[in-house]
Amino acid sequence: MDKMPKWADVVLIPLISLILAAALSALVILGIGEDPVAAVKMMVSGALGSTYGWGYTLYYATNFMFTGLAVAVAFHARMFNIGGEGQAMLGGLGVAIMCLYVPWPHWTLALIGASGLAALFGAAWAAIPAWLQAKRGSHIVITTIMFNFIASAVLNYVLVNLLRPVGSMDPATARFPEAVHLPTLHELLAPIGIGFSKAAPANVSLLVAVIACVLVWLLIWRTRLGYEIRAYGHSETGALYAGISPVRITMIAMLISGGLAGMMAINNVMGEAERLVLNATEGAGFIGIAVALMGRSHPFGVFLAAILFGFLYQGGAELALWTSIPRELIVVIQALVILFTGALDNMVRMPLEKLFLSLRKGRA
Amino acid sequence: MTGAHEAERQATAAPAIELRGISKSFGPVQANKDISIRVMPGTIHGIIGENGAGKSTLMSILYGFYKADAGEIFVNGKKTEIPDSQAAIAAGIGMVFQHFKLVENFTVLENVVLGAEDGRLLRPSLAKARKILAELAVEYELNVDPDSRIDQIGVGMQQRVEILKALYRQADILILDEPTGVLTPAEADQLFRILDRLRAEGKTIILITHKLREIMEITDTVSVMRRGEMTATVKTTETNPEQLAELMVGRKVLLRVDKAPANPGKTVLEVKNLRVHDRQGVERVKGIDLTVRAGEILGIAGVAGNGQSELLEVLGGMRPGAGTVTLNGEPLVLEGRGADGQSRRAAGLAHVPEDRQREGLIMEFHAWENVAFGYHHDPAYQRNALMMDNAALRRDTAAKMEKFDVRPPDPWLTAKNFSGGNQQKIVVAREIERNPDLLLVGQPTRGVDIGAIEFIHRQIVALRDQGAAILLVSVELDEILSLSDRIAVMFDGRMMGERLPDQTDETELGLLMAGVSGKAA
Repeated sequence: MDKMPKWADVVLIPLISLILAAALSALVILGIGEDPVAAVKMMVSGALGSTYGWGYTLYYATNFMFTGLAVAVAFHARMFNIGGEGQAMLGGLGVAIMCLYVPWPHWTLALIGASGLAALFGAAWAAIPAWLQAKRGSHIVITTIMFNFIASAVLNYVLVNLLRPVGSMDPATARFPEAVHLPTLHELLAPIGIGFSKAAPANVSLLVAVIACVLVWLLIWRTRLGYEIRAYGHSETGALYAGISPVRITMIAMLISGGLAGMMAINNVMGEAERLVLNATEGAGFIGIAVALMGRSHPFGVFLAAILFGFLYQGGAELALWTSIPRELIVVIQALVILFTGALDNMVRMPLEKLFLSLRKGRA
Repeated sequence: MTGAHEAERQATAAPAIELRGISKSFGPVQANKDISIRVMPGTIHGIIGENGAGKSTLMSILYGFYKADAGEIFVNGKKTEIPDSQAAIAAGIGMVFQHFKLVENFTVLENVVLGAEDGRLLRPSLAKARKILAELAVEYELNVDPDSRIDQIGVGMQQRVEILKALYRQADILILDEPTGVLTPAEADQLFRILDRLRAEGKTIILITHKLREIMEITDTVSVMRRGEMTATVKTTETNPEQLAELMVGRKVLLRVDKAPANPGKTVLEVKNLRVHDRQGVERVKGIDLTVRAGEILGIAGVAGNGQSELLEVLGGMRPGAGTVTLNGEPLVLEGRGADGQSRRAAGLAHVPEDRQREGLIMEFHAWENVAFGYHHDPAYQRNALMMDNAALRRDTAAKMEKFDVRPPDPWLTAKNFSGGNQQKIVVAREIERNPDLLLVGQPTRGVDIGAIEFIHRQIVALRDQGAAILLVSVELDEILSLSDRIAVMFDGRMMGERLPDQTDETELGLLMAGVSGKAA
């Protein structure tokens, strides 16, 4: 018999973790002499109180959906892909090449092309650690972390030496042509009569991210490949018995994972910056780990967790802008949420399991 | 038996162990229900029951690992609290676990002293222990070289070290949990001689087992447990195996498999000079030959760890090997591309693996997902090129569950929530229902209750009667003897010889299993 009902596992545990993280954050804010209630109000109104706020929240959430899905897919094959950051950087390079060197007639085609190359670059960047893991047993956590640094160096070199326009002092590409401009939510929603902030960066990539959530769900729970990935993730000896090749699954799961991380670039590079700059990913690859943990590696959970972290990012930025709460404290709050929802999962889970067992015993 | 005599003489004395009204629940599962038992001093008291009947829980309470929800423990007539194993040892109770708790790279002497040192310096303790071990060796005929390292002595010897550990801690009451599981028949006989001697010297022994033969052979009294309850306590001389089996299961059971003589046809599996190395490069299978024909069961007997597992895994495509193997005359690929479970299944092989929890099932998967395991490429389970037809799969699962009497018959239940016997039925149903030409079966009834054993054995025999070739590997000699049409014995990666079940016995097979080759092997 399961230790507790499923709803408690997927709803109650993340909720309690969040409340604990919020309570501790409130104490920290109190500790530096600020008012936690006012801080929460500021975060909520800043992130969700206007279409401008929503636009930023959803923009961040789009990034986190891609990287969260990337981590989730690898999790199902019991691999910890910490390289989302590097894979997303390389994805940015793919987007930049597609946008700068192909004369696209329309943004829809450009989006397809850029997504494809971004996914390809991200997957290729994941392929080397995956191959090292599958064939040589080099631990994927170590190699993917190292590949983040290599990606950063590669990007630095490419931007400074190859893609920087002549005469520019800025290590960034030229601005992408107007034809590849992705419609923002403002432009998408205006024709159906919904007013949305013009300044917010949320764009059509959000829809791509939502579609990706659905596709990943189908992949994991409905296809034969997903079946094999999950079986391998639960038991490697079992996979051998069933004739599922560990090398093949390791490679495929990591390629999909890297591809999803790479696709993040259509949001931040193509949709928002419209040129490739250094450190365009801004740590979204790492946030993806927390998002996948909190979302229990389920695409719908990833979707919700991504929006939550989008809220934290945008709300935190507002807090830093309008109050004397220092920017570092926002990072502390985000870290607390990650700590409680990810690392300290068992702290909430075990007492809750005991509670449910004793409840059930009382009924029996 | 002198022991039985002793028991009668001491019937008036206080029991060595008395449990009154012991109950213990784990969440919704009641492992022990109001159990009372009296173990008289100087006797061997057997406790028998199926897996999950609550034997181990009861003994864990007695040894201080679990705290009972209700009930009292009396040791030598005195009410005793046993909150931890230290208290159990202080009360004179010693336990020999099924899985030994020895430090492999320590000597026998160091293991005996470990945890029972006097003072901070080791040397005086070791000297004292050496003296006491010498005395124990004389007193109980428990000869073990105190300076041998644990990893250099056999399993039987290791078990003696466990017994010595308990005696060194002055245990008067010894609990042995499934002590013969890892022993050859000869080693088991030696163990029984030691137990006999311990009883003669006045020690009290509680023997937990699921083997009826052992109960009949050595105990004075036997208690039967079923589903957490003590169903009966009887004098061993006044009962018989059939009655005990019925008490264990709650209904009449057939102890012998009913089967017609085999009617072997053409050769299905032919193995020539098969060699297998493990990952460390150690040769596990050292060049074996065997054939299995259609409509017969070849049983491979042997003590665990003599290469049988590796043999099954190579044949099942789970690890590489070298040599020649043909299935229906077609050579099987033993290494590299094509040496995998999918290719084997395509060639007409099915495989009930030795370890259902780590290999045969994904414990976190629903029953219906497990029914496709290994057969997830079956066109009947596909909706289109990419998607699986989960609804069809669930219908198939429901049908198989009904046919193989899997309880509860719920395709949505997760594998880990079925009992061991029902988990095994799911695996057996999945493999047998494919109507394979060759069925590999490893430890089909390990950790499976008697009722399910009977059912699984009948299914295997039925598949044989349909003309399938069956290769059975089991460490249970009873199972090998009752199922096989031919018996091959493996020792140290080699075949020690082949026997017919009606022309051999446990003694001869036991010698072969120990590496002593018999007459013209």
